[in-house]
Amino acid sequence: MTDVIISIFMLSSALFVLLAAIGILRLPDLYTRMHASTKAGALGIMLMMVAVALHFLSLVVLAKALAIVLFIFMTAPVAAHAIGRAGYFVGVPVWAKTVKDELYDNYDPDTHRLRSGLETEEELEKMPIKAKPRIRLNTKKK
Amino acid sequence: METVTTITFAILMLALVITFIRLLIGPTLPDRVVALELIPSILVSIIGVYAIFHDSSSFIDVSIVVALVSFLAAIGFARFLERGGPRND
Repeated sequence: MTDVIISIFMLSSALFVLLAAIGILRLPDLYTRMHASTKAGALGIMLMMVAVALHFLSLVVLAKALAIVLFIFMTAPVAAHAIGRAGYFVGVPVWAKTVKDELYDNYDPDTHRLRSGLETEEELEKMPIKAKPRIRLNTKKK
Repeated sequence: METVTTITFAILMLALVITFIRLLIGPTLPDRVVALELIPSILVSIIGVYAIFHDSSSFIDVSIVVALVSFLAAIGFARFLERGGPRND
């Protein structure tokens, strides 16, 4: 009986990881790829650690598996955030069909300044208006 | 149980190959970093299957180490991308 449950967990974990890999190959731009790899990968690791804990049924292995799951769930969003932020600043092109890019109007890639939208008039005068073309290659196609 | 571990190994290896294709063709450096970040996740799963297959629980420690190192590598690559000099993808 436990074997069946472990098998189900293992197979579903492998399928989720495969889904992450397919997403990373097929999705159109960096941000959607990151969305696939982070979430599906973390879920795959979690299911695999549940299978390992069920297979060994000892407290030590359970603690280790729990530690791995907690660690992955804490670090995967942080790492994805860091890479996504770096990618946006470096100028990775956004998919042409992207609906919303809230940094586009407020972030100036030349000066690396971010406007909040709550500045007073004189603060806005100090900041240079976007005169140069953006670094980013393709944005929304009109 | 034997067949299930074999099938799981096969699926995970397929995932590894697909991720490696993205690592090779990835148009920009951050794409490659994302693929490089998914590879340790797949590796942690593979080590889990191998621990079940081999019936020895010591392999779980290895996956802890792999998870730690992958996080450090991702953060390091992000810093390098943001602060690094001129790049040529």
